[in-house]
Amino acid sequence: MRARVLVRPKAGILDPQGQAVERALPALGFEGVRNVHVGRLIELDVDDPAALPAMCERLLTNPLIEDWEIVESASADSIGSSAGAELPEASR
Amino acid sequence: MKFGIVRFPGSCDDVDALQAAARVGDAVLLWHADHDLQGVEAVIVPGGFSYGDYLRVGAIARFAPVMAEVEEFAREGGLVLGICNGFQVLCEAGLLPGALLTNVSLKFIFRQVDVEVVRGEGAFTGACEAGDRLSIPVKHTTGRFYAPEAELDRLEAAGQVLLRYAPGHNPNGSLRDIAGVSNKQGNVFGLMPHPEHAVDLLTGSADGLKIFESMRAHVEQHVLA
Amino acid sequence: MLEERHRQLGLTDDEYARILERLGRAPNDVELAMLSLMWSEHCGYKHSRRLLRRLPTEGPHLLLGPGENAGAVDVGGGLAVAFKVESHNHPSAVEPFQGAATGVGGILRDVFAVGARPIAVLDSLRFGEPAASERSRYLLDRAVAGIGHYGNSIGVPTVGGEIYFEHSYEQNCLVNAMCLGLAQHERLIRSAAAGPGNVVVLLGALTGRDGIGGASVLASAELVGGEGDDQDKRPSVQIGDPFSEKKLLECCLELLDRELLVSLQDLGAAGLTSAASEMASAGGVGLTIDLCQIPLREPDMEPFEIMVSESQERMLCVARPECVGALLDVCERWEVLATTIGCVTSGDRLQVTHRAHVVADLPVRVLIDDCPLYDLRPEPPSSDLYGAPSASLMGGESPAGTLLALLRSANLASRRPVFEQYDPVVQSRTVRRPDEADAAVLVLGGRGSDSTAIAVSIDGNGRRVACDPRRGAAEAVYECAANLACVGAEPLGLTNCLNFGNPEKPHVAWQLTEAVEGLAEACEALGVPVVGGNVSLYNEAPSGPIFPTPVVGMVGKLPDGARAGRLGFARAGDAIALVGPFEPSLVGSELAKLRGQAPVGELPAVDAGRLRIVHQAVRARVRSGAFRSAHDIAEGGVTVALAECCIAGGLGASVRLPNGLDPFGEAPGRAFIVSGPIEALAGFVVIGEVGGEVLAIEGVLELAVSELRDARDAGLAEWV
Repeated sequence: MRARVLVRPKAGILDPQGQAVERALPALGFEGVRNVHVGRLIELDVDDPAALPAMCERLLTNPLIEDWEIVESASADSIGSSAGAELPEASR
Repeated sequence: MKFGIVRFPGSCDDVDALQAAARVGDAVLLWHADHDLQGVEAVIVPGGFSYGDYLRVGAIARFAPVMAEVEEFAREGGLVLGICNGFQVLCEAGLLPGALLTNVSLKFIFRQVDVEVVRGEGAFTGACEAGDRLSIPVKHTTGRFYAPEAELDRLEAAGQVLLRYAPGHNPNGSLRDIAGVSNKQGNVFGLMPHPEHAVDLLTGSADGLKIFESMRAHVEQHVLA
Repeated sequence: MLEERHRQLGLTDDEYARILERLGRAPNDVELAMLSLMWSEHCGYKHSRRLLRRLPTEGPHLLLGPGENAGAVDVGGGLAVAFKVESHNHPSAVEPFQGAATGVGGILRDVFAVGARPIAVLDSLRFGEPAASERSRYLLDRAVAGIGHYGNSIGVPTVGGEIYFEHSYEQNCLVNAMCLGLAQHERLIRSAAAGPGNVVVLLGALTGRDGIGGASVLASAELVGGEGDDQDKRPSVQIGDPFSEKKLLECCLELLDRELLVSLQDLGAAGLTSAASEMASAGGVGLTIDLCQIPLREPDMEPFEIMVSESQERMLCVARPECVGALLDVCERWEVLATTIGCVTSGDRLQVTHRAHVVADLPVRVLIDDCPLYDLRPEPPSSDLYGAPSASLMGGESPAGTLLALLRSANLASRRPVFEQYDPVVQSRTVRRPDEADAAVLVLGGRGSDSTAIAVSIDGNGRRVACDPRRGAAEAVYECAANLACVGAEPLGLTNCLNFGNPEKPHVAWQLTEAVEGLAEACEALGVPVVGGNVSLYNEAPSGPIFPTPVVGMVGKLPDGARAGRLGFARAGDAIALVGPFEPSLVGSELAKLRGQAPVGELPAVDAGRLRIVHQAVRARVRSGAFRSAHDIAEGGVTVALAECCIAGGLGASVRLPNGLDPFGEAPGRAFIVSGPIEALAGFVVIGEVGGEVLAIEGVLELAVSELRDARDAGLAEWV
């Protein structure tokens, strides 16, 4: 099972990286962009997807400052695709 | 007394901490892969880039073999000092409250800053007076201290905030200008500034020595007595 | 067709014919790839090697000279300081963060390859004008971030540097990185492989397709798939990993401490090919390498790719067979991959096998000694090479306005926004941080040992060398020495990086020849040997070459780090003196640049004998404490120097300049502004007194120190 864990800064915490990106886009001519946040993507092949939430809580994220969301795909890597066979998502 | 300085792959200020501690007592290095604290009376988790800051600062170091012993040592009341990356490791390990986030500037910053002592008591600031100003350098990219508002209120009320950046000296956007916090029992302390780089007038200020001297005084009174 | 391939790989027809003749046969693909790299300008120094023989390389303190991974000088107490400067210009123009980062990584490896623990890094940077060019602002921002990232992460302090902004560097930025390392004499190790039967071990990161670039024309047709394949498979940018190098560094130093190595070499340009060739050549031995042993990052790498890969953070070493077990244990402890990949042979050939076939078999001599060397054909330029910069001062400014404009200008403004991104204190040796003195100062021993210290400075002014290559290059040497004198240090040795345009063009050949002559004359005059260095040629755009830019890094010693000099005025009431014969001119000056004048004209002559005496006088009085501050007069002339002393000390001054002295004229390396008790300045030309909150130069200007500071602080703040 190929899983992707999307990690993002918790709402309400100052995200200067997101702000920097939000400021930079209009300067390049891209208007109408709001609410930018910058996080992290972790991709892994797992034998036991049920263990993913525990992995997130214990190592892959810091629950005090980050929220996470698991996106699983039955097939092997499909970069950029959001249309993998998605199981109900686990998230926090 | 004997200080133990943990060395992870990627620790940079371990030898600096060793040299600083050696001005005040004996000091040894504790290898990350060994389950052996060598009978030290205080553990220092030093600055640097343990495990390359991979995943999150301190996230991997907190699971190093020696950390099992450090956590037990802390549970039993042993003194643990976390400096910069060490502070990050101790927060990840849950030995200290809060977390460290990227500096508001998004850049690494080196600066000699003034910190104010909030409480001149306890194992780490006992040799200081409340209101003392210490000149100590900071050098980090991920030093912005964060905890939820309710937690910050609780920390302040419980006297766990030991050091604050002096007005105008906050280099990273830490909430409430917090530069260093302790755990509830007061035996674990983490700070972003580097006291081990403020122990000799030859290379800067000597104000940081007070933190090591506080630790020695505490150990002499409560542990070795 | 193989014949065309040699051209695609950068070899001329003559060079290919020479290969055929020396080899006695045509080289196969792998051999051709290896030869094209070893015979490239970058590795072979074809256009510069003969010229570099002009540089003096002998000295009483010299331990390792040019030809080793880094040079080294004796600093007393059984200690040696190894150092070198290297360029990473072209990669930084492509990807400035990684280019600058891997430049630092590479020079660090050169230093610990000789057995020295890296203790300091400095960087010398050149970009286009930040006000005019978004690209130059981007390069500056990313290069600084890359240098900080690598140096800070690996725990080596960045203690100094310089940055210049000139339109000339717009298409060709310069990133030169210098490193110093410390070792006990007996720990210094050479790269020469030795001992037939000894084992060759590869340490460090996996080998991937980094940096293969141009050699990719040799890729076998079957592996080159669809259109996107080349880009994906062969990154043009080398990615550095300072964490990996930190482990490699500690591992190598422990291997040396335990005396487990016969020789050590880092893998830099041309990867395994150059490391193996150079080790074998230096030792007069042969080597065999089995490519199947090499741990790879990518599957199915072809032999030529493995041989030319520039994957970072790798070292090659030679060990006696009985030491290999212990060697592997040390590497495992440090989590450093270590693999036996071959052995030393008694012949004179480099033999490479892959899957039991010999894929390359070359006499070492052909790779190294047979590389052609070319004589330059210098001719002075028939017309001015560089245009005039656009003027920002129109001529009606008061001296006060001129001073503020100079302080605010990109070349003179405060570099604090840059050096605050670097850690200058890790390893606890740093006694003078950036902005405290004209040179960085580091103590050598730990607590309880004597306070012997070393000082280091890096300097070079391409604009002035463009005016007058011989005198401009000499000035770089004199200025470094003057910076060392200001902290009380005596020069021990020098490293240099020559950044020039295309040497096949006669006017660039002339610049190079003149500059090397100027460097040599200055080194001879001061008695300072060149311990090693680097050459970066072909820094040229369609519009022409960069300013000829020799960068000099100099290391010196002082007996007591606690008495190292500072540049800022120290005490109100101290007298101020102008020390040294000072005959400045506006040729090649910062003011001339702001006024829109092209870099043309003769620079002031130097009386080297007198200069040496002046340096010694300043050095002695800084050491004794008679001078409480010392600052050399460089860009911007005496007025800017006075302003810098006021700003650093937080004190004003009232000064009267000697009659007729041009307040903004320049003559670097030979004159100083010093301050101290009036008795200590007897015999020198006293020009005023420290005190108050204003810099007042009689009949010239009067400005508050706070206003001077604000102007200087503002300069780079918007760009960094």
